[in-house]
Amino acid sequence: MSGYGSPATGVVVPAAPMPAQATVWAGSHQAPLLDAARLALARDLQLAFRKRGQLVQPLAFFAMVTMLFPLAISPELARLREIAPGVLWAGALLASLLALEFLFRDDAYDGTLEQYALSGQSLTWLIFAKTVAHWLLTGLPLALMAPLAALSLGVSEAAVPGIVASVAVGSVALSLIGSIGAALTLGIKRSGALLSLLTLPLSLPVLIFGARATQLAITGGPLRAPLELLAALAVLGVTLAPLAAAAAVRISLE
Amino acid sequence: MTWTWFHRLGSPPYVYALAARLTPWFAWPAALLIVGGLWGGLVLAPPDYQQGDGFRIIYVHAPSAWMSLMVYTTMAVAAAVGLIWRIKVAHAVAASCAPIGASFTFAALVTGALWGEPMWGTYWEWDPRLTSELILLFLYLGYMGLRAGLEDTQRSDRASAVLAVVGVVNVPIIHYSVTWWNSLHQAPSVMRLAKPTMAASMLVPLLMMLLGFTLFFGAVLLVRLRGEVLSRERSASWIREIVNA
Repeated sequence: MSGYGSPATGVVVPAAPMPAQATVWAGSHQAPLLDAARLALARDLQLAFRKRGQLVQPLAFFAMVTMLFPLAISPELARLREIAPGVLWAGALLASLLALEFLFRDDAYDGTLEQYALSGQSLTWLIFAKTVAHWLLTGLPLALMAPLAALSLGVSEAAVPGIVASVAVGSVALSLIGSIGAALTLGIKRSGALLSLLTLPLSLPVLIFGARATQLAITGGPLRAPLELLAALAVLGVTLAPLAAAAAVRISLE
Repeated sequence: MTWTWFHRLGSPPYVYALAARLTPWFAWPAALLIVGGLWGGLVLAPPDYQQGDGFRIIYVHAPSAWMSLMVYTTMAVAAAVGLIWRIKVAHAVAASCAPIGASFTFAALVTGALWGEPMWGTYWEWDPRLTSELILLFLYLGYMGLRAGLEDTQRSDRASAVLAVVGVVNVPIIHYSVTWWNSLHQAPSVMRLAKPTMAASMLVPLLMMLLGFTLFFGAVLLVRLRGEVLSRERSASWIREIVNA
């Protein structure tokens, strides 16, 4: 018995190595831990690309939020440029929040999360892999789309690298913080509002430093300090958030 | 020395009786201290040389703000104890803390706004401390929302405990990032004086109020805890005995 098939996709999650298998694992150059995490990551990416419509939703939402501000405030580029960091980050935060609902929901419904928890593999690593997949599917596209939104708000092209970097790094932290909220609200019906109530206060430092980095990128100032603070938040998230999210997933399965 | 006293704290009937016995020991000193502190603060203490009588709101505002953080810490510690050692009573303590803490936070916000109107000329200023306090209120509301959203008591206990622990890691980060954000956007406000030394006639009532609020929190917590234990153990036989007695 080498693994449990996940009923939805047939992708096999390796079970904990039996004593006889231990030598096989030791022979491969990667730990079984990372193998399992890589398989979970690949599975999530594959599933996401089969439902491309869902992938586009957060991006379309982000574009819509950006569009609201010129319509609601003023079409003058000089004024829009001033509020561009806030618009970009509020949009990115809301778009990533919108995407969070899909992070664990399908896997909780079809029992995949339960299989993960029973597989004997470290649930923390599997959850981390899912979060990485989530970032690749929402955070990274948002970072790549942010310059487009910024240009439409009258920001000069020189700011593009700084904007991409700040949204890319900041969204890592957002995905990780969000994974805790998404795991805690598993199984609650209509959890959207609660999920935002849990996640938004914890995401505020990311918003503050991200908007600051973006603002400095637009005005051409030195944005190293806020970027490093964003990176620090992301690293703190990488070390602690998967533990908390895995604990929350386990609680939801009890 | 044995640890039986500690283990007994995990037993709902024992805690229920203990809370009833301890409540007056918190409630009476709290009432005396708060009445004394209010008398000292509102009547005996002289008006501030800059703020006049407006400063007197500090006797409610500062203890409320202090309690809002202390209750959150108490809640997180109780939640962690419940999560690690699986003690049901600890979860009941955490659950009882949340509404009290949210009320203190709300009181701190309202009194802060009332103080801001004559001092800053506006009810709401995006001052780092007020902003942090507002975020703390959202953290409390999120905690209570999660508790209300999960129907199974055990799951609701453990999930909200994870949230409380995550929150306690985040509170300092949020506070410092907000302080940093504000110092970038706004020059220090007029009220930001170098910490003045307080006259004893002003300080003593404040300390009395601080201690009084802390004891008041203890008393309310004990009363709420009894209610929480009753509702959790509603099908247990020891409650039927109490009710029939």
